[in-house]
Amino acid sequence: MDVLYFAWVRERIGLPREHIVTQAATVADLVAELRAREDRYDLAFSDLSSLRVAVDQELADFDAPLAGVREVAFFPPMTGG
Amino acid sequence: MRVSVQQEAFDLGAVSAEFAGGHKDMGAIVTFTGIVRDLPDDPLQAMEIEHYPGMTEAALRGMAEHAMTRFSLGDALVIHRYGTLVPGEMIMMVATAARHRKDAFEAAEFLMDYLKSRAPFWKREITANGSEWVASKDEDENALSRW
Repeated sequence: MDVLYFAWVRERIGLPREHIVTQAATVADLVAELRAREDRYDLAFSDLSSLRVAVDQELADFDAPLAGVREVAFFPPMTGG
Repeated sequence: MRVSVQQEAFDLGAVSAEFAGGHKDMGAIVTFTGIVRDLPDDPLQAMEIEHYPGMTEAALRGMAEHAMTRFSLGDALVIHRYGTLVPGEMIMMVATAARHRKDAFEAAEFLMDYLKSRAPFWKREITANGSEWVASKDEDENALSRW
């Protein structure tokens, strides 16, 4: 699946998107997998309360299932308007 | 109903006039315009707005459709810019058309409240002292509870 990062999440991880092959069942599982990869991921995901997630371009919770999902995005709380 | 996510500036007068012109059965038009505000202590050189192409348009369309139904609107418009803007520039506007003013005002507030914390935009302020992502405000999140 494609994993996208926006705003300071993108800056901390150092890239806007990547393709990831994963067996993670939920968003939380994916986060755990990413955090185990490298320090920059661990740092970016260290406080989930300051992060939001979208699954296939819809806001979701961290326990959302990933079966059949094509795109997951992580970002800080939105500041539009 | 129209939703536009765009880099270029919009002409508030022309857009408002066009929006207001097409509705003989709507007695009330409300428009709101958001402007890049300078910072009092640390002059703002620019504001950068990032967004999530695809999701942004879908989220704005969803909000506008919701507002159309909930407030019995005749029409709704949302324009939101992204990219680099300077103080005084218009960032975004919403316009609502309803038979009576209460629905038009409420629908505009509803759209603004949702735009603030449910549309995937992120602002970064750039000053002589560096750049900083704008933090979300609890009051913006709390504002949704009234809807």
